[in-house]
Amino acid sequence: MIDYTIELNNLIKFFGRRLIFDGINFSFSSRNVYGISGPNGSGKSTLVKIIADLISPTRGKVIHKYGEKKIEPEDLHNYLGFVSPYLFLYDEFTAEENLIHSANIRGIKFNKERSEHLLRELNLFDRRNDLVRGYSSGMKQRLKFIFALLHEPQLIILDEPTSNLDNSGKEIVYKIIKEESKKNLIVIASNEDSDLQLCTKVIELEKFKKQSNK
Amino acid sequence: MKAFALYKKDWQSELRTRYAINALAMFILVTISVIMFSIGNEKITEYLTGGLLWVVIFFSAMSGLSRAFVSEEERGTTMTLHLLASPSTIFSGKLIFNLLLVFLMNFVITFLFSILFTSFIVKNVALFAIAFLFGNIGIAISSTIIAAIISKASSKGTLYPVLSFPILLPLILTLLELTKFSMDGNSIGGSLVEIFVLICYDVIMGTASYLLFDFIWKE
Repeated sequence: MIDYTIELNNLIKFFGRRLIFDGINFSFSSRNVYGISGPNGSGKSTLVKIIADLISPTRGKVIHKYGEKKIEPEDLHNYLGFVSPYLFLYDEFTAEENLIHSANIRGIKFNKERSEHLLRELNLFDRRNDLVRGYSSGMKQRLKFIFALLHEPQLIILDEPTSNLDNSGKEIVYKIIKEESKKNLIVIASNEDSDLQLCTKVIELEKFKKQSNK
Repeated sequence: MKAFALYKKDWQSELRTRYAINALAMFILVTISVIMFSIGNEKITEYLTGGLLWVVIFFSAMSGLSRAFVSEEERGTTMTLHLLASPSTIFSGKLIFNLLLVFLMNFVITFLFSILFTSFIVKNVALFAIAFLFGNIGIAISSTIIAAIISKASSKGTLYPVLSFPILLPLILTLLELTKFSMDGNSIGGSLVEIFVLICYDVIMGTASYLLFDFIWKE
């Protein structure tokens, strides 16, 4: 089994003159669940966005590798599954249409079997042909998991994965995380104790604000 | 192929939401009506109708073509696209969508002009068709990259025509010249300089847009 690894080299992020975090050095590897914790505004979402190459760090580097092969930023989306409250799917399409379009845009064949398996697992199968506009926030959150897992990514980044979910939804998500962590790399940014209990290692972001405290 | 899939997604989305088509159709209808009311029974020259054609096309493009990126930004789906495809695929997909819109829009405008304005007479149709083809490509490329730039700004509506005007000005001026030539019945051979200017504009804008898009797309 090929390992997926991420190296964070001296990551620094400023928003304007405000320091978010300073000097993060860390390594992630497959078959682990990593947590990123910290109070509101500590930069959890910023860090996961930098890891996912959605925004750039002020200084420092993020290196993604699949085995020995270095992954270029323009190819990262092929390896990445991302779930967050600030991710939105297309309201004017049904759940299934969203998944079909996402597979087509990725340039992969739509795997109907896997899609239906995930829709069943996340209790959305009966509503798969309804427009996403009519979904509750919890259902939208479940759909984001299917969107993130459909192309079988090696890196799964979950920012507040259980937000808007009821207890049964949380149980399903925890089951998926445990299952996926057997072969993939999972990074969770959360403040929920129950989310962080799944993690093998936790980065506490409060420790990376040394410059601002000087 | 991936870019075509993105275009298909955008087209299906457009048919359901009518973000751009309604704006374009209303703008074309209102502008041509206003021009006709203001002209009344006056006889206007051929050159003036040629100029008015490109004025209507420019402002129609300003009202509808920014939707390619602005609608994604407004719905919060920009990140979704980030997670699905590389920047070059996204730009290509949006460009195909805008090309289709520009060609549709300009066919309708030119058709309406030819039936509503008696003085809109093109003597060299082939030359006009060449200008129309490369002009539309130029408008589509420029409006796509400008739409990407303004989608990140706070005052999108105002910024779009302001930013587009200097970028589209050389294109519109060349198109005006070629339209005049085609109305005079000039040969294609005699208009080669303007045609090459048009082609060079398309190539330069296309290359610059692909190079720039990576920087614009990522926050």
